[in-house]
This record gives sequence, structure tokens and C-alpha cells, in this order.
Amino acid sequence: MNISLLLQMSAEAEPDRIALVCSGRRWSYDALWRAAQGAASFISQSGCQFVALLDESSEGTPIALFGAALAGIPYVPLNYRLADEDLSALLKRIAPACTIGDVTRVQRLDPEGNHTRFTRAEFVAAAEAAGGSFAEQEQLDGIAAQIFTSGTTSAPKAALLKHANLLSYILGTVEFASARPEEASLVCVPPYHIAGIAALLSSIYSMRKILLLPAFDPDSWLLLASEERATNAFLVPTMLSRIIARLDEGADADLSTLQAIAYGGGPMPAVVIERAMQLFPACGFTNAYGLTETSSTIALLGPDDHRAAYASDDPAVRARLGSVGRPLPTIELEIRDEDGRRLPAGQRGEIYVRGEQVSGEYRERKALDSDGWFPTRDAGWLDEDGFLFLAGRADDVIVRGGENISPGEIEDVLLAHPSIADAAAVAVPSTEWGEAVGIAITLKPGCTVPSENELRLLIKDRLRSSRVPERITILDTLPYNEMGKLLRREIRRLFAS
Amino acid sequence: MKPGTKLKSAVCDTEVMVIKGINIVVECGGKPMSDAPPAERSELDSAFAEGTKMGKRYVNADGSVELLCIKAGKGSLSIGGTALQIKDSKPLPSSD
Repeated sequence: MNISLLLQMSAEAEPDRIALVCSGRRWSYDALWRAAQGAASFISQSGCQFVALLDESSEGTPIALFGAALAGIPYVPLNYRLADEDLSALLKRIAPACTIGDVTRVQRLDPEGNHTRFTRAEFVAAAEAAGGSFAEQEQLDGIAAQIFTSGTTSAPKAALLKHANLLSYILGTVEFASARPEEASLVCVPPYHIAGIAALLSSIYSMRKILLLPAFDPDSWLLLASEERATNAFLVPTMLSRIIARLDEGADADLSTLQAIAYGGGPMPAVVIERAMQLFPACGFTNAYGLTETSSTIALLGPDDHRAAYASDDPAVRARLGSVGRPLPTIELEIRDEDGRRLPAGQRGEIYVRGEQVSGEYRERKALDSDGWFPTRDAGWLDEDGFLFLAGRADDVIVRGGENISPGEIEDVLLAHPSIADAAAVAVPSTEWGEAVGIAITLKPGCTVPSENELRLLIKDRLRSSRVPERITILDTLPYNEMGKLLRREIRRLFAS
Repeated sequence: MKPGTKLKSAVCDTEVMVIKGINIVVECGGKPMSDAPPAERSELDSAFAEGTKMGKRYVNADGSVELLCIKAGKGSLSIGGTALQIKDSKPLPSSD
């Protein structure tokens, strides 16, 4: 099995149809397929162990992804935002690699690595020049992609995604060539993120034209969406929030063709999604939840679910706007307690998943249990109708005197305060309770600072006394990574220091 | 055959990739398929001539065999003379 089949089928079905628009250049399925075969021919002769991309998104991304697949060599998209020291460590773990993108940085950070180095332009030109047909190579270990996790606690783990995992996800969720000719998906997630890979694979298999934005900023996004008449888009919550802010400021854009917005990658503030639904009433919204280790999406809240929740007076149904929907029919999902026992609806525990798209495997170790279940380390619960609610990372739970406290419930209360712009609740050391609640907040411009007493009373009234923060700090901004994930460890560190 | 094996029809253009199933003889147009292209095309059996559709997945009754049609053709797929069915799929809203 090989993911290159997805591009091959599209290229055979409609060779001249446009597959990709990037930086003003248009690529047909056939042109991409020939370039991928060209790349495979020199990748397979380079003697490299990995094909590493250290670059923003471009036509080089799908060519490297499918070229590596054809050559039978794992594709490793690297995070170009990493600090030198961290990136250097990753380069050493994949040497010798065929590296594409920032070659001067590769050479500077790992001069002994014996890496083959191509700038993006060199790589694309060589792939096009080599062209022709290339026979798919036998996979030794069947690994299509190796993606380094962000590794906030220790060295990043190398998550392994097999061709079979990725193909199972695509074949199970995407109908071949199902996109109408006018459909175009604006892809702006970074290439080193699983959502970036999934977006390429699913768009190519459905034959939905990809509008690739090399790096996100709201104005370039609005311009590309308007000019190329985007019908679909995937965004992380911070991106959607920044786009809405620009539109509310009166930015000029024609988004009349936009039919579907999918989002994921982090919690979506209720105010953002509700404003988005007002701004784009004709648009279908889909919230996707997934992990690198699960080949992307494992649960989703579709457009109908969004509308039903938004329109409902029933608080339980309305609350689903804050859920990640129901698990995909192709996977199994359970909530388990600390002893691994399955929990009933309404009870919070750790999310476990099983299915063919679930890899759960790292270069260092296999994380699946003996029955094939993968512990996600995400905490959550299911409602009576099977809607999944996330409740932070299992490691983020605050354990106060044996009572488990989800940071999310405290944050929701704080965010409803008129002066508070953003809030995070974390565990702080407590001599009395082991752990207690610490909160960090940021204020809206021009608002008066709420007193500590006011905040404590608010939480006590809305929740209960065990949730009342022992420590309160006011910050200018909360720390987020580029995918919009709150870096709780940094806040914990702040309280510890 | 094993998952990943590509099988070609002896009677038409049909080509499938095995997603699930081991060591089973799959027929297309009534004739066994093979991972090597046929030296000469056989005659299509009219009882197995409904055609295959590219991108569709075909399964047997107990779900132990699953094939992805990667090239369409005039023959239809069977195992031991029993026709394979198109796997029902519920298209999901695009999440990426």
C-alpha cells in the first residue's frame, strides 16, 4: 500500500484538471504526479534515510510527500519555527536525509549529517526535469510519514504513520473524485502539522483544488480566498478569530463562494464560532478533533450538528457547540478511568481510540495496549447521545486533595466575566491539598482590573469552593504555540518561579 | 495476494488494490485476476459484466475481503462465483 496511489488515481482520472494553486502557479494532477515521480527517482538514488521538508507550504510539499512515498522513504516535515538547538537535535535523528527548503540552516545546524540539500526551487526544478515514470518501491517498514510531536515535557517523540494508516483514513472518509469542478479548498496549516498532510491527501483524492497559502496571515488569506473563489477552508481557532477581527474592521473581501469551514487543533472560544456563524450564515461549519498519532480526524461535529446546537433552547443540545461531535464511524472510542475501566456517559476520563487509521506508534516505542487501543492522553467525556467533549490534556487535570478538577470549567466561568479577555487555570503546588488552582488572566483593553476577591466569589458561586483559585496572576498575553494551543506548562512554571 | 497487492483483470481494464484479505482468488468478468498483466485477454462472462467503478470499495458478504477499484473496466468482481458488493460509505463533511 502506498499513499501515492491517491495522486496517481486522480492523475489518471482527470490529468488536466487543476490540483493545486500556489503563489500564482497552477499545477494539474498530471503535472504533480509527474513531478512526484521525478522526485522519487532522485530521492531513491540519494542514499538518504528520510525526506525532510524544512520550509513553508509550497508545491514542493506535495511533491516531496508523494515523491518520498513512491521512493519508499519516510517523509519528515520539520517545524521551521523551532529554535536552532531543538532543530539541530531533530536533524541529527534523521541523518542522512534528503532535505528540502532552508538548506543553509540544515548545513549550519548539522554539518556532520551528510544531508543531501535542495532549496525549494532546486527541488521542484529537479523533480520536473526528471519527470517520467517511476515504479513504486517496496516499503521496508511501510512508514509514510514521521512527524515529531511538539515535545513540551521531554525530547520530541517521532510519531510514525504508515501508508496503511493514512490510506485507511482517506478511503474511509473521502469519496474518490467527489468534488465538483468549482470546489477549491484553502489550505493554510503548516506542512509539519498532521492537518497539513491530511488536507493534501483528502483534497487530492476528492479532486478538490488546493489553494495553498505558504504562511498564514489574515489579509493574505482573505485575498487568496476572494481571488480564487475558495469554497472550503480549514482553520485553527486563532486563525478564524483573526480573520473575523479583520472582517469586523471592514476588510475588503468577497467570500460569497465559501461553503464550508472546518476547524480544529485547539479549543474554539464560543464567542468566535458564534460570530463566525453570524458572519457566514450560508457556510457549513465542521469541528474536527484528531491527533498526529491517529492520522488526523477521529471525531467531528458537522454542519447540521452546529446548526441544531446553535438553534436549540435545550442547554444540553446547545452545549454541543462546544463539543467535537461524534467519533468517526470507522473508529472505536472509549472514555476510561485511571485503572483502564470504561466509563459511562457523563463521566470524565481519558480518551482511548482504536482503528486502522490509528498508528499509536513512535520510533521509540509502541503506545498501543495489547488490544490495539491508543491512550490519547486527552481528557474528555461523552454525552448521552455520544457527543465528545474535550476536557484538556489528561496531564492538565488539577488534582486537589484527591478531587479531579478540569481547567476548562474554571476558564469558561472566567471568560464570561466582562473584563476578562483570556484565562487559563493550572495546578499550583499546595501544602494543604497537594495541588490547588492557579489562574492567569488577561484583560480586555480599557477594562478595570477585577479584584481577586471578586474573581474568587465568581468561581465559588458558579462552581464550588474547591475550584476557587489559591493564586491569581494578570498577564499581558497567555503563551500559545503557533497552532493556537495554550502552553500550560509555561504558566505552571510562572507560578512555580 | 495480501493487502497492498494490485490485481489486474484478465478480461478488461479493471485493476484493484487489496485492502483486506489474504490468499483469495478474485475474479473479474468471471476470470481469475492476477498481479501480472494477462498475456492475452480472455472473454468476458456476461453474468459478470456490470462493470467496476474507480474509487469504489468492493467487499464480500462477511467483510473478510475488501478491494479498492483503482482502474475501472467492463467486468464485475466476484469470489468463487459470488458477486462482490460496493461497500456502503457515508460521506463525511470535509474536516481537513
